[in-house]
Amino acid sequence: MEKENKLSRAVVYVKLKDGVLDPQGSTIKRALENMGYHGIKDVRSGKVFEIAFHQDQSKKPEELINEICRKLLTNPVIEKYNFEILK
Amino acid sequence: MKFGVIIFPGSNCDYDAYMVIKNVVKREVEFLWHQDTSLFNCDCVILPGGFSYGDYLRTGAIARFSPIMKEVMNFAQEGGLVVGICNGFQILLEAGLLPGAMLRNTSLRFICKFVHIEVENENTPFTNLCPKGQVLKIPIAHTDGNYFISEEGLARLKQNQQIVFRYCDHQGKITSEANPNGSLYNIAGICNEKRNVLGMMPHPERASEEILGSEDGKYILQSIVNFFKKG
Repeated sequence: MEKENKLSRAVVYVKLKDGVLDPQGSTIKRALENMGYHGIKDVRSGKVFEIAFHQDQSKKPEELINEICRKLLTNPVIEKYNFEILK
Repeated sequence: MKFGVIIFPGSNCDYDAYMVIKNVVKREVEFLWHQDTSLFNCDCVILPGGFSYGDYLRTGAIARFSPIMKEVMNFAQEGGLVVGICNGFQILLEAGLLPGAMLRNTSLRFICKFVHIEVENENTPFTNLCPKGQVLKIPIAHTDGNYFISEEGLARLKQNQQIVFRYCDHQGKITSEANPNGSLYNIAGICNEKRNVLGMMPHPERASEEILGSEDGKYILQSIVNFFKKG
């Protein structure tokens, strides 16, 4: 039987860069204060992507995910990212 | 001269732009499809407003990879005129044809209303019929029009006179109250260094007929026609 190419998973977290105004984050922070949660210093919003992929001989998983993040998942002018590869 | 209006899945100002060019500016115009791999000898290409690909991921982020965008990028590099209006502006930013990025409006709301913009640079193919400092009344309609660029980027825009339009009040005063969306430096429209690519959030195609409340949008479309007459 042919050996099946194992499926890998990555979780990518995208956030606005520090110093870039986050109107959604600040609105959520204000809402929390209105709800009585005092002491909230800062809220920053972001996005999470879960990616399932087949490993490619020519590219390390880290390389692949970095490339995808740079090319599509983030706009480097305003966003930064980090990710984990799940075994 | 011939205009081309690109239709992306989710464009919704494509017919407005087409009709204004055909009936008001009275120039040849044709629709271009996002899957096309040619611009069919158009002299000026318009990326219209709308919600291409449902604004998924980020505004303009998916449309930027449409097959026709490769042609638009080559065309822009060769000096062809490209205008991005609203979602079209967002696509040009994502494509890297213009610097900066769009953030959500500070109010987090979709804002649809007439605003005033000051012509900051009249030495472009898009504003050559505007006297410097002219105030135009043109509507905006967007949720992500809060223009952002790094400090160095803004300095470069100023130095190269790439800022074409800024939000102002009806007298032309640039104030924070006249800024509808939180845009840095009240920026409403910019061009590239070579001055052949324009991006603007206000909709000139919605303000080119008296019955619609303003004809100021015509200055922009007719400047383009004028640019080709002179050339």
